[in-house]
Amino acid sequence: MSDRGTSGKKIGDVILDVQNISLRFGGVKALTDISFDVREHEVRAIIGPNGAGKSSMLNCINGVYTPSEGSITFRGQQFDHMNSRQVAEMGVARTFQNLALFKGMSVLDNLMTGRNLKIKSNLLLQALRWGPAEREEIQQREFVERIIDFLEIQAHRKTPVGQLPYGLQKRVDLGRALAMEPQVLLLDEPMAGMNVEEKQDMCRFILDVNDEFGTTIVLIEHDMGVVMDISDRVVVLDYGKKIGDGPPHEVRNNPEVISAYLGASH
Amino acid sequence: MAFFLETLIGGLMAGMLYALVALGFVLIYKASGVFNFAQGAMVLFAALAMARFSAWVPELTGLDHFLLNNFIAFALAAALMCVVAWAIEQWVLRHLVNQEGATLLMATLGIAYFLEGLGQSLFGNDVYKIDVGMPKDPVFVLDSVFPGGLLVNKEDVISALIAAALVVILSLFFQKTGTGRALRAVADDHQAAQSIGIPLNRIWVIVWCIAGFVALVAGVIWGSKLGVQFSLATIAMRALPVVILGGLTSVPGAIIGGLIIGVGEKLSEVYLGPFIGGGIEIWFAYVLALVFLLFRPQGLFGEKIIDRV
Repeated sequence: MSDRGTSGKKIGDVILDVQNISLRFGGVKALTDISFDVREHEVRAIIGPNGAGKSSMLNCINGVYTPSEGSITFRGQQFDHMNSRQVAEMGVARTFQNLALFKGMSVLDNLMTGRNLKIKSNLLLQALRWGPAEREEIQQREFVERIIDFLEIQAHRKTPVGQLPYGLQKRVDLGRALAMEPQVLLLDEPMAGMNVEEKQDMCRFILDVNDEFGTTIVLIEHDMGVVMDISDRVVVLDYGKKIGDGPPHEVRNNPEVISAYLGASH
Repeated sequence: MAFFLETLIGGLMAGMLYALVALGFVLIYKASGVFNFAQGAMVLFAALAMARFSAWVPELTGLDHFLLNNFIAFALAAALMCVVAWAIEQWVLRHLVNQEGATLLMATLGIAYFLEGLGQSLFGNDVYKIDVGMPKDPVFVLDSVFPGGLLVNKEDVISALIAAALVVILSLFFQKTGTGRALRAVADDHQAAQSIGIPLNRIWVIVWCIAGFVALVAGVIWGSKLGVQFSLATIAMRALPVVILGGLTSVPGAIIGGLIIGVGEKLSEVYLGPFIGGGIEIWFAYVLALVFLLFRPQGLFGEKIIDRV
């Protein structure tokens, strides 16, 4: 189980820098003074026990929550808080822990919504299916078909997402995020509730995305084994505080991490 | 037989108008998950605007062209409905993103009363007439088949055609365009829609504009038939059973539901009335809706919601 820093993959400069983020809900401190950075093309994991603040962290980056203190720098631009839509426009896509797919819509339509930002023709042209709008729709569709092939969900193209089994829904969720051609992909527990086989598939997809498209991946995960296998660097949170940060083998041997997170099971 | 057909046609025509109002409900529900109680008030507001504008436009411009005046008045009223849509998004919806359905429902209830009041203060509370040149005279058709022919109201036929056209256009828009897809996405999950960069605010303005436009068409048709008065707002209540019957999320459902209720009302009034007393027309739709709520709560065409437990 070596970490992948040695695989010869080119890791670039810092693309996302989180500085001293604190988040409070009333009296509850969800996050306290968290700082870490994410480099281009790497797989960065955020781990921690239940309630450690992992999802809160992701939601701050994604603009769902507004941090009480601290700032986030994305591509050199500093923000006190992010705005969901803005974040999407800047090339950050996310998936959800509790799936947030458009359940009544087909797999294809779900993925096509991910292309929304890429559609430039105006409403009237779309309605009339006028020349450029029609061509554009076809281009988007081609792109989405590539993702469908990539995620091996060809057979479910027209199925309403709500009818698919859980593992496949997770895959569609990933696909919708990929349809945005993101530079940074935020994955909120992509393997939660999956069986071993589904987890393996998902790992493979994540690594392929990272390798083939060079997408930077920030991933929250519960399953320690999985995280250690696929990530380049790991942040460990516990009770809203950062207790470890570094390559997997380092984090694994960090005594604080062992006592807080791995506990007796290690 | 001829009498039965006349009743049936009368029912279908009335149903088409119910459908038009129901369509407003469905549009907004589909796109924002909000059950818009203000749809009736929007119909009233739009009809009032149309009635007054069509009187004011000739006064102000001195134009003496009936169609052109009406067209300008209609365009102005449509623009006004878009302003209303924008204001609702700006001052109400924007602040209620991700709130419970009940909260949003109460908000639209507030909007309904506000619009009714605003309509009266802007346009006065007289009973107005809308005259867009709809032919009022009844015609007899198929007199070769039936002795004396069938009595059909031309105005009703035209209204029904307009409503049908509107429905076809809207269905295509929802199913076939990128924006329609974005609208459906927003309806399904606000948060997820935002995360993929769908501009929630703009989508809401668009959909409320469309609903405002549908309300305007409904208002003009009802108004030219019955005159514009305060009771117009309550036709929204008549459309409630229609959406329950057709399903809240289905455009075709609104149409079929409207037709069923229109026809059901008329037929039951005429054929059951003598046995169980008149006034069936008033409660028939609601009882039918109740039956549906008991046995098929998602309506005829609505999406059945199956939750993972």
